[in-house]
Amino acid sequence: MAKDIITAGIDVGSISAKAALLQHDRIVATHVILTGYNSQNAGRQVFDLVLQQAGLDAGKVAKIVATGYGRNSIAFAHKAVTEITCHAAGAYFLDRRVRTIIDIGGQDSKAIALDDSGKVKDFAMNDKCAAGTGRFLEVMARALEVDLDAFGAMSLTAGQAASISSLCTVFAESEVISLIARGEQRPNIIAGIHASIASRVVSMAKRVGVRAPVMMTGGVSKNIGVVKALEEKLGANLIVSDRAQVTGAIGAAIIAVGL
Amino acid sequence: MPTYEKIIDSDKERRKIKADRRMREIMTAYYMEAKTPKEQRGKKIAWITSGGPVEPLHVMDVIPIYPENYGAMIGASKMGVDLCEKAEEMGYARDLCSYARADIASATVNGGPIGGLPEPDMLICCNNICGTVLKWYEVQARYFNVPLFILDTPITHTTFNDEMRRYVTRQSAEYIRFLEKACGRRFDYDRMAEVGALSIRAQELWQAILDTTMSKPSPMTCFDAFFHLAMIVTLRGTQTCVDYYEMLLAEMKERVAQGIGMLPVEKYRLVWDNLPIWYRLRWLSNKFMERSACLVADTYTSGWVSQMPSVSSTDFLGFMGESYARIFLNSGTDLMAENIIRMVKKYDADGVVFHSNRSCKPYSFGQYDIQKILRKKLGIPTLMIEADMVDERSFSESQIETRIDAFIEMMKK
Ligand code: SF4
Repeated sequence: MAKDIITAGIDVGSISAKAALLQHDRIVATHVILTGYNSQNAGRQVFDLVLQQAGLDAGKVAKIVATGYGRNSIAFAHKAVTEITCHAAGAYFLDRRVRTIIDIGGQDSKAIALDDSGKVKDFAMNDKCAAGTGRFLEVMARALEVDLDAFGAMSLTAGQAASISSLCTVFAESEVISLIARGEQRPNIIAGIHASIASRVVSMAKRVGVRAPVMMTGGVSKNIGVVKALEEKLGANLIVSDRAQVTGAIGAAIIAVGL
Repeated sequence: MPTYEKIIDSDKERRKIKADRRMREIMTAYYMEAKTPKEQRGKKIAWITSGGPVEPLHVMDVIPIYPENYGAMIGASKMGVDLCEKAEEMGYARDLCSYARADIASATVNGGPIGGLPEPDMLICCNNICGTVLKWYEVQARYFNVPLFILDTPITHTTFNDEMRRYVTRQSAEYIRFLEKACGRRFDYDRMAEVGALSIRAQELWQAILDTTMSKPSPMTCFDAFFHLAMIVTLRGTQTCVDYYEMLLAEMKERVAQGIGMLPVEKYRLVWDNLPIWYRLRWLSNKFMERSACLVADTYTSGWVSQMPSVSSTDFLGFMGESYARIFLNSGTDLMAENIIRMVKKYDADGVVFHSNRSCKPYSFGQYDIQKILRKKLGIPTLMIEADMVDERSFSESQIETRIDAFIEMMKK
């Protein structure tokens, strides 16, 4: 198919829905909204919004690929592809050197190993439990009465990260509450929370084998505290694109070019 | 917008396995006899673990009943959650194997698809499959107030030595004494030779049936094997079992000869590890079928074939202990990995699907290591599905579907 066509990728996740438009190997526009309870609507809506942003008509989009947990409910997409394959395509597009992806989203986290051509070689997912996901952070933010967006910056001011040993979200929450009761500083607790996510995610990533460079994708990559904690556990720097949250949507749009 | 092109299967009828009907008849008759009131039945009933030495029971005309097989039936009829919850109310932990939970609960309420199992006169427990069965059978021995025999089989980490051999052989003799006492009569060693020969014959036939899936296209999938397995589990050592498997083998050979595969299109060949997810057999089978992925073999159903090709059919008792001790599940991770590697090569598989089974710790424990070993030695893709064989609360449909999809996308290149 001709390279100058416009394609779209729509990534409907559990918390947010993302869309990307692509033309000529160039990202035309991206958009993010909250998914809400109706993933089908969210897909339509985010697509309309990204078109609006680009000043384009839906008719101009030649192919659409849907991804994410809501992928099969997007009736106007030409194909549904899993977020694993899409994240790989998106990450490789953003940076060809990437060999490992760590993705922490709202409801799951995953590690993806790429081969030299950017194809998925292996993957591991944590989706049975909220620990190690964005949800875990939300629960903790509530317990600490701190706005989640402030987590990253606050954790950087920590003196000594508190130790949080529970692997279960519910147990970890009560650990956090007892830390608060004991008068532990908030930044230290938050740093401890980040360290606990990092250790969980890194041990999962090691299952697929971590090859540098490692890119982090997903909404949680906006949290600098988690990024730093991951880097420390990995002993390597992470590539974090400013498009980290829309990597899956971009990947979907790339895959759409090949349809 | 279907992810996968709809496969039009005009040959669906032809693809069905004809022997299925006979299998259902035999299993129904088996449970009918067992459920006949004691006075009319005459025979005693022993509950026995799936990996337990059943042959001596047939010699003594005792009907073997398998709570695990019943657990599978409970799972397949989606009655697992109810019974598991019941067991949890009784105070059993949710971490306990769901077969154990389902059985312990069902005994108290006569629950499950056939209204509970017939009460046992004795219990035979062999710990070659796991440690859970020890406590489970102790609980049932107390509940029913019946004698319990435990056959203790050491794990073969890498090798099986003479001490282990002596240890299990001695227990085989104890087992016979236990049965003589429980049944109040002498053990018939001539009959043992006959039953032993029938058991070995059934195992050979079962393996031969499983081996037909080396053909391309594969005449059946592991989902079919999960169904036909019930016979070797419950009735090995009987003529019925041998006759049935001869019939099934003939049908499989015929399918191979005619090139009839179980899938309309077979693009990928996979090996399954761990117990089936009983309440989702059809769903899983369809998911893989729609993606043209054929699960040609599995580590579970082949577990009922003795790993000792040299087993002598004339001295069955002499080898019995060792052959039961050396089953797949009672071996170390390295041997388990070797077994899977052997299967991948034998069945020319492209990948392995692991069911990480919340219930079955001995089966699931080494899977991450085995995954690593496979990656290193074979470089083939693997998939990990987290679930439970009976307890549906541990199954997440959309997440598992995503993993299967991603796995197939990964193999496509
Ligand atoms: S733990 Fe595993 S081997 Fe033991 S009874 Fe349960 S399923 Fe069977």
